[in-house]
Amino acid sequence: MTAAPPLIDVRAAGKTFRARSGEAVRALEAISLAIGEREFVSIVGPSGCGKSTLLRVVAGLVEPSGGEVRIGGAPVRGPRRDIGLVFQDPVLLPWRTVQKNVLVPAEVIGLPAAAARRRAAELIALVGLAGFADKYPMELSGGMRQRVAIARALMHDPAILLMDEPFGALDAMTREAMNGELLRVWQASEKTVILVTHSIDEAVFLADRVVVMTPRPGAVRETVAVGLPRPRTTATRADPAFVRAVAGIRAHFESLPVMETLA
Amino acid sequence: MTLRRHAPALVTGALLLAAWEVGPPAFGVSELLIPKMSIVARALWDQWARGLVMENLLVTLWEALAGFALGSSAAVVAAALITRAPLLERAVLPYLVGLQALPKVALAPLLVVWLGFDLASKIAISTVIAFFPVLINSMIGFTTVEAEKLELMRSLVASEWQVFRIVRFPNALPFIFAGLNVAIVFSITGALVGEFVGAKKGLGMLLLQFNFNMDIGGMFAVLIVLAVMGVVLHGLVRALHRRLIFWSQPDDLERRAP
Repeated sequence: MTAAPPLIDVRAAGKTFRARSGEAVRALEAISLAIGEREFVSIVGPSGCGKSTLLRVVAGLVEPSGGEVRIGGAPVRGPRRDIGLVFQDPVLLPWRTVQKNVLVPAEVIGLPAAAARRRAAELIALVGLAGFADKYPMELSGGMRQRVAIARALMHDPAILLMDEPFGALDAMTREAMNGELLRVWQASEKTVILVTHSIDEAVFLADRVVVMTPRPGAVRETVAVGLPRPRTTATRADPAFVRAVAGIRAHFESLPVMETLA
Repeated sequence: MTLRRHAPALVTGALLLAAWEVGPPAFGVSELLIPKMSIVARALWDQWARGLVMENLLVTLWEALAGFALGSSAAVVAAALITRAPLLERAVLPYLVGLQALPKVALAPLLVVWLGFDLASKIAISTVIAFFPVLINSMIGFTTVEAEKLELMRSLVASEWQVFRIVRFPNALPFIFAGLNVAIVFSITGALVGEFVGAKKGLGMLLLQFNFNMDIGGMFAVLIVLAVMGVVLHGLVRALHRRLIFWSQPDDLERRAP
C-alpha cells in the first residue's frame, strides 16, 4: 500500500501452545501483516481467533513458534520500550493516584522526574481527566480508568500503541464516546495503533484498515481498507460507506458455525 | 452517632458485669472459685495501687512488641526471598512447613534454658510464634498478583526489583496486614508462655504467683489487664491497616455498619 517500508512487519508468525495434556494447540496460523507508520489497524474476530495472541507476539511478550515480527526493520526478540500497551481491564495500581499510575512507565524506564511529571499532566489533560490527577482509581468510573490506562500507555512516548479490547468492559454509550476520544488522542499523538476488538462497528469507525480474523486456528480471512474520511465523528456512523463496510465485514462471519459475541 | 453505634455492646457489658456480681452467690458458687465482680475490682485496684500492674504490664508489653516486630519483619523478608527464588523455596519451604506444624510454645522451656530468665527468652518465643502467620500470608501476597499487572511491567522491561517495589510489595500489603492481625495476638501469647516457664517479671509471672497463693481474685484481675492489652494492641494494628491500606479494608462487614 505505501512505498515506505512498514513500521511493523509480521512475517509468517504463528503460535502453537502446548496444552496440559501435551497436545499441541495451534492458536495462530502463520500470519503476515505489514503496518505502516501512523497507521491505525483494527483486528476483529470472534473469541479464540488468536487476535490477542497476535498482539502479544507483536509486543514481544509471546515468542512466535515460527516466523518473526520486525519493527523498524529489526526483529522483535522480547518486550520493548517503544510500545505502549492497553488491556481490556485498566490494570491500574489501586494504591497509586491517577498521576502516579500514569508515571509508572517513566519510573521504570528512569525518565527525568520533573519532565515526566509535566508530560503526565499533559497526558492526563489530553485524555480529559484534568483535575483528577490526585484521585485514586476506586474514585473513578470505568471509562475514566480506561482513560488513565491510555495516558499511561503514552507516557514514555512509544511509537506504537497496542490495544487489546480496550473498551470491551464499558457500556455501549461510554464505548462510543471513548472511540471518539481515542481518535482525538491518536490524531494528537501520531502513533501507530493496532487495536483488537470484538466489535465490527468499532473496528471500522477507528481504523484505516480492518484485519478480519477467523478462529481455530487463528488466521487472517481478509484485510479491508476503510476509505472513510477523517476526522471521523458521530455522523460517520450514519455514513452509507460506513454501513456498507460494516455489513461487508459482518458477512465474513455469517458463514462461521459458531457466532460469538460479534457486535 | 458513636454512642448509638456502641450502645448495644455497652448494654451487653453492663448486663454481664451485673450477672457476674449477683450470679455466683445466687447459685451458691464459692467465692474461692469464682469471686464476684466487686472482689476482682478490688483486687485490680489493689494491684494497681501497689504498682504491680504497670511494672509487669510494661515488661510483657515490651516482650510482645519486640517479638512481634522481629518476627513479622523477618517473616516479610523471608517470604520475599522464598517467593522470588524458586531454588530457595524448594530448599527451605519443606522445613518451614514442618516447623509450622510444631506447636511453637513447646520451644519455650528450651529457649528459657538457652537465653535465661530475663527478657531475651520471652522475646525469642514471641518472635518465633509471630513469624509464621506473617510468613504464610506474605507469601500468598507476593505471589497473588494479577497476571496483567506483571505483563504490564514486563512490557516495560522492568527489573525484578522494580516489579517488586512497584507491584508485588504494595500488592502484598493487605495480606501482610492479615498476618500481622494474627501475629500481634500470638506475640502476647508467646511472651506469656515464656513467663510461665520462668521469669522474674511480667504479667505471666504475676498470674502464676496469684495462682500459687490461690488468690483467684488476683488472677482474674491479671486476666482483665491482659484482655485490655490484647484488645488495644490488636486495635492499633487494625487502625494502622485502615490508615495505610486504604484501598483494601480489613473488614468490609464492619464498614457497612451505620
